[in-house]
Amino acid sequence: MAWEVVVGIETHAQLATKSKMFSGASTAFGAAPNTQAAAVDIALPGVLPVANRAAIELAIRFGLAVKGAINRRSIFARKNYFYPDLPKGYQISQYESPIVRGGEIRFTLNDAERVVRLTRAHLEEDAGKSLHEDFHGMTGIDLNRAGTPLLEIVSEPELRGAKEAVAYARALHALVMWIGICDGNMQEGSFRCDANVSVKKTDEKGLGTRCEIKNLNSFRFMEQAIEFEAKRQVELLEDGGQVEQETRLYDPERGETRSMRTKEDAQDYRYFPDPDLLPLVVPEQLLSEILQGLPELPDVRRERFVREYALTVYDAGLLTASRAAADYFEALVKAAGVEPKLCANWQTGELSAVLNREEQDIATCPVSPQMLAGILRRISDGTISGKAAKQVFEVMWKLGGSADEIIERDGLRQVSDAGAIEKLVDEVLAANARLAADYRSGKEKAFNALVGQVMKASRGKANPVQAAEALRRKLG
Amino acid sequence: MLNATLAELSAALAAKRTSSLELTRACLERIERLDGTLNAFITVDEARALEDARRADARRAQGDAGRLTGIPLAHKDILCTRGLPTTCGSKMLAKFVSPYDAHVIERFDAAGAVLLGKCNMDEFAMGSSSETSHFGPVRNPWDARLVPGGSSGGSATAVAARMAPAATGTDTGGSIRQPAALTGVCGLKPTYGLVSRYGLVAFASSLDQAGPIGKSAEDLALMLEVMAGFDPRDSTSVDRPQQRYSQELDLDLKSLRIGLPKEYFGEGIEPGVRRAVEEAVRWFAAQGASTVELELPNARLGVPVYYVIAPAEASSNLSRFDGVRYGHRAAEFADLIDMYCRTRAEGFGTEVKQRILVGTYVLSHGYYDAYYLQAQKVRRLIARDFDLAFKKCDLILGPTAPSTAFAIGAKTEDPVQMYLNDIFTIPAPLAGLPALSIPCGFDERGLPVGLQLTGAHFSEARLLGAAHRYQQASDWHLRVPKETPL
Amino acid sequence: MSLSHDQIRRIARLARIAIAPGEADALAARLNRVLALVEELRAVDTAGIEPMAHALEVVQRLRPDEATEPDRHELYQSVAPAVQDGLYLVPKVIE
Ligand SMILES: [Mg+2]
Ligand SMILES: [Zn+2]
Repeated sequence: MAWEVVVGIETHAQLATKSKMFSGASTAFGAAPNTQAAAVDIALPGVLPVANRAAIELAIRFGLAVKGAINRRSIFARKNYFYPDLPKGYQISQYESPIVRGGEIRFTLNDAERVVRLTRAHLEEDAGKSLHEDFHGMTGIDLNRAGTPLLEIVSEPELRGAKEAVAYARALHALVMWIGICDGNMQEGSFRCDANVSVKKTDEKGLGTRCEIKNLNSFRFMEQAIEFEAKRQVELLEDGGQVEQETRLYDPERGETRSMRTKEDAQDYRYFPDPDLLPLVVPEQLLSEILQGLPELPDVRRERFVREYALTVYDAGLLTASRAAADYFEALVKAAGVEPKLCANWQTGELSAVLNREEQDIATCPVSPQMLAGILRRISDGTISGKAAKQVFEVMWKLGGSADEIIERDGLRQVSDAGAIEKLVDEVLAANARLAADYRSGKEKAFNALVGQVMKASRGKANPVQAAEALRRKLG
Repeated sequence: MLNATLAELSAALAAKRTSSLELTRACLERIERLDGTLNAFITVDEARALEDARRADARRAQGDAGRLTGIPLAHKDILCTRGLPTTCGSKMLAKFVSPYDAHVIERFDAAGAVLLGKCNMDEFAMGSSSETSHFGPVRNPWDARLVPGGSSGGSATAVAARMAPAATGTDTGGSIRQPAALTGVCGLKPTYGLVSRYGLVAFASSLDQAGPIGKSAEDLALMLEVMAGFDPRDSTSVDRPQQRYSQELDLDLKSLRIGLPKEYFGEGIEPGVRRAVEEAVRWFAAQGASTVELELPNARLGVPVYYVIAPAEASSNLSRFDGVRYGHRAAEFADLIDMYCRTRAEGFGTEVKQRILVGTYVLSHGYYDAYYLQAQKVRRLIARDFDLAFKKCDLILGPTAPSTAFAIGAKTEDPVQMYLNDIFTIPAPLAGLPALSIPCGFDERGLPVGLQLTGAHFSEARLLGAAHRYQQASDWHLRVPKETPL
Repeated sequence: MSLSHDQIRRIARLARIAIAPGEADALAARLNRVLALVEELRAVDTAGIEPMAHALEVVQRLRPDEATEPDRHELYQSVAPAVQDGLYLVPKVIE
């Protein structure tokens, strides 16, 4: 009987607010230690929390986007534990009554559509940071991050294996950025995932004992960690051992997970409703306002791209990887007026390759959809070759300007004049008698070499279709 | 002058019969003379007080004075005051200087009041006798062998001994009203949400309210006008129109329906207390008020409910005292956890530690439902009793405490004996209701007895009005303790 | 019900309060007095009663999302037991 890997993902998405969940301190990243830790964030005696409206609206936006139920009355609770980066000795978090219940995330894996259900999404505040560099054997505490609003998004344990878990996490990552609730920056910790991993025999009904893996700060690590952990559990069970429920830390250096907390400190968080905060009530009016402001969602848009532009599911998936990409594509199609397939090929090919190379984002791409459309129109009407088009694009990226200007200035127009091409063909045949003979004796390969020579002689400008026609005619 | 009410002092200042500087000096001198014995103050900053007084006099000279401009006040040392120690009567905060002012302090500052000093109290407001302070017990000015009640015992004593014309206190289960009763002064616990808790070091957040302690109901009204008001920094602060309580004191007693719960006149009340309270009831009846016999069947459960909910909230509220960002830190420790455990063992006194442990227990896994959740449900039963009662009456009258002041040390061994002192004061904060205590006579030992009036939410004006009318016809509130003659 | 010394140790550990060996008996006696007092609640019939967490039936007010707090870390850290380079120092945290 085969083993099955079952994964549930808990994600902490930092909500894109200017100020903290319960204080007016800035949430900007990278400030000097404790300069963005207000009295509330460092838990001075006597200070009190007041909830940030934007954080609540962003949480609701997420709930609506995943078709979850918005809890019209949710409760902030206190999760009590001692840790130096937790100044109050408790974290304010929603416990029994989260703001979002249920919902689903849709994504594609190997061209197949998957739907994963969400358990809940709740509002909470982040903790500070412990810096373990040596301060004479002490640890330094920076509370700038303390109190930053988080949305904890919990999936049902129904992801099968590392690949599917990563596909889910990527889709969720894309979604939170798509709807503008989180900047998705994983290096800065704006999007953090923990994976609950268990294994079971395929025919077993219930779930196996799970371990929670923390510190998965990239999708690559997530995949490695889940794979390692699943293997560890299977080996343990096959050796007649038992999996112990525990929190494990992924060590990317060693590519393994290791136990994080000792059992001696079994946690008892003593949750209870925070008496400093009142029930969070969401009025109907606010709900409908947020619903109206919601953009077309990625899965809907992906399906529309397949339908409307006759794209493959794969291409449509790439083009809806972000809202900026999808917006770029639609602007490109509209401006170019050429086959959407050509637009898709260029955006997922040349454009994305250069963006990668230059480490730039499509949102800040120096070549606007209108500029790129100029190139695609000239490919489509035969003015330039595909190769020349790439040259035009490179120039455009560096110096700007319209496609037509660049084509004229750099003389990249294809030679389509029949007389000129014929002259070139004659010259090539004269200089390559051997190849011509090979062709005539049946070596089809020689023909391509001849076309290549014509193109070379024209410095790439000859219309390759016309050149081939002329060659065949002459070679008779 | 030291026996004058706020209203009288305010008038004297306005008429230039005295100055804030003169008044403040008189208070400081009296503190100097008496506080060595009474121990009502933890911090007295003479220089600052005199500076405040000069500024108030200058402000008055410019014609920019309000009714409390230039009046010296004492504040319970649980309200944060910028640049001054705010200790909560604890070793944990013995050296803590607050970097900010509480809302209440800001308000009095804006009104031009003078800050005389910070008053002694039970540690973190946990107590009913002001004996648990790290800075030693407060003594009752009527008899220095006795406790002044607590936890705002320093504030009540400061007013009773005429060291300050008025003071602030905080009340979680009776901590304003009970010491007011035991020292023969007036104290009001406002409706929950009327006075911002911003800067009040939290004991039990769902119950804590700051309120005034003074010589008369009118003085309480003048103080409350300054203290009450919406504060966006406190989520539980209620946004409602500002009231002029001192202008609403002329209550018509003829239409007043006074509720007398049989539970407040039952067993366990000292005869001297009962006699004085019943005398007051007769006076109200003689003025034309009607009396209504009531039942508050769940009120007796107030004490057990309170001793689950308040410690639960406290256990969490006091977690921030961990020796990391401020306050006491143990000098020696093996590791991080040891640092926490020793810091908190050294920084907190016995009563505080005991309540943190009770609170931790009632919230812990397996006990939450049986204790904490059950207490919250019974809390609702108690609140419902009051809702029903206020359909039949306008205010509820009874004794503030079952006994007058008791000897220092008499109830420290058995926590429950101490807790039962708050049996009549605990129900109001559980239901969020306003309640006040005023002196209504003396027992056979010559110790003051407190009368408690409890009203519906935001009925402070009516409570103050009833008390004011009573005080127009009596002088219990103007008696000066015999051990601290003027 | 009465708390054993073991239970008290566990609670004290959760609350991060060291109990000196000599304190344990007196503390247990006081805690058990208090628990006996609150034991009375367990017998009360509260079927169908909503727990009451707040004294007033009001709902959470929301704050506009504005960064309003200036940097005051020097003032705040002037009362801290141990700081260096703007950081609060604690005994080494081991994960
Ligand atoms: Mg979690
Ligand atoms: Zn979380």
